[in-house]
Amino acid sequence: MDVLYGLFIAPFADFAFMQRALIGSLMLSLGACPVGVFLMLRRMSLSGDAMAHAILPGAAAGFLLYGLEILPMTIGGLIAGIIVALGAGAVSRFTIQREDASMAAFYLISLAIGVLMVSIRGSSVDLMHVLFGTVLALNNEALALIGGIVAVTLISLTIFWRALVAECLDPLFLRSVSRLGSPVHFIFLGLVVLNLVGGFQALGTLLSVGLMMLPAAAARFWTARVEPMCVLAVVIGFASCIAGLLLSYHASLPSGPAIILSAGVVYFASILFGTRGILRARIIHHRHRTA
Amino acid sequence: MINACLTFRDLTLGYNSHPAIHHLDGTIRKGSLTAVVGANGSGKSTLMKGIVGVLKPMAGAVIRAPGVRAAYLPQQSELDRSFPARVVDLVSLGLWPRRGLLGRYTREDRDSVSRALMAVGLGGFEKRPIDTLSGGQLQRTLFARVLLQDADLILLDEPFNAVDSKTVGDLIALIKRWHGEERTIMVVVHDLDLVRQNFPETLLLARQPVAWGETRETLKPENLLRARRFHEAWEENAPWCEPGEHDHGHDHDHHDPAHAHDHDHHHGAGPRAA
Repeated sequence: MDVLYGLFIAPFADFAFMQRALIGSLMLSLGACPVGVFLMLRRMSLSGDAMAHAILPGAAAGFLLYGLEILPMTIGGLIAGIIVALGAGAVSRFTIQREDASMAAFYLISLAIGVLMVSIRGSSVDLMHVLFGTVLALNNEALALIGGIVAVTLISLTIFWRALVAECLDPLFLRSVSRLGSPVHFIFLGLVVLNLVGGFQALGTLLSVGLMMLPAAAARFWTARVEPMCVLAVVIGFASCIAGLLLSYHASLPSGPAIILSAGVVYFASILFGTRGILRARIIHHRHRTA
Repeated sequence: MINACLTFRDLTLGYNSHPAIHHLDGTIRKGSLTAVVGANGSGKSTLMKGIVGVLKPMAGAVIRAPGVRAAYLPQQSELDRSFPARVVDLVSLGLWPRRGLLGRYTREDRDSVSRALMAVGLGGFEKRPIDTLSGGQLQRTLFARVLLQDADLILLDEPFNAVDSKTVGDLIALIKRWHGEERTIMVVVHDLDLVRQNFPETLLLARQPVAWGETRETLKPENLLRARRFHEAWEENAPWCEPGEHDHGHDHDHHDPAHAHDHDHHHGAGPRAA
């Protein structure tokens, strides 16, 4: 028992920074994973990645003006992300260009500006902070911010659930019965930006999208309905955070990559063993029913 | 005009400034059952989109009688069949006009979903994932959704595509039931025999209405011939249609709309429509 306690409980029981890291990353999973499920179902998985890059100039602007402070960097990131999301979304909604192309254009411009701004001032160590985050250094301010973001995310998802599902499943139908189609799309993009910004203090701009997409992608292999998929994604997110933090503690690895790699392990396991995964489809489905 | 469900006023709909529906005037009576026929590219689907409001008019207007709710079954659905949803989830979208964004689905709602599925011959399909349906089954599922919408104006764009003949019979029966309930129905159909047997009124389109009225009159050989001469392609440099050049309301009486709509003589130049 002592061994188990030492392995799994003690790191969190003994160290306040580990507790904070745990609370922060669990809260992040609660908001980001359901958003990731919808990103995946809308075939926008890579848009999340693009958005994560797009946040950089905003965060960099905050960093240039105020140094390594969470609030200005977060607000900057939020503004940059929303400009890119709205811009790309508007171009795809009101012109013939599809969202993937407009998103690519906007995020590349944004990323270039961001790198330019970081390189004007600051050493590469600072850049590493912005890019990779530090989940082990979450302060109360950051935790409160993440808490707020999670609350906003869950409330919005609850309110707009039906419209969001309809917009994914049959957008033309939604347009024929309601004017909510476009607003819901933009609200959703807003939630994506919000959760990426919430994650970047903990995981960095580049990896925060990992906690959003990997659990969602893994959950897809286990269920054919949206509601259980979201719940499962959150559970996978939780498990990845706990496993990643313990791994990082015991093996002295950087926490962000450890969390994302844990989610990656779950993803590969799901591909193989999921109820809709490779093995089930190849082996068990050789048998068939009469009707 | 008291019991008009839809009124078209000099309606022009199209894409990239090329009209697909050109200066359409006329009315759809409340409780009427109209077949919309015409060649490919003659503007049938475009008209439907214009009525629903997913395509904004380039000129003119579609005026819906106050309080009329429309249900629309598109020809090319933007349905994402890989989305993890069951038949019941898809059909339940039809409860939107009644329950909106936040209204709870009641037991009664769930019963009406089952009844709608039963009516299109898909009883017991509730739990099936939509990616396992055949093309015809999916079409019937969408029909069930239209049924559930309980709309006064029902627009069906080629609803019989990929549907077997027995089911076409079932769906026609359903349409006739709606007709009996005084709903207004417009259906885009290609099968003229089907139209002659089942639809009292017909609108024959070729960018502008070739004929519009009682089915037997509309589908006379000379009208069909005229519709067939319709030139489908856009003229890249067709002259601009100037508002002052024709006098609406006289030429576009919808029972004799064969107005040639030729502007070339005003301009004296430019390629002629074939």
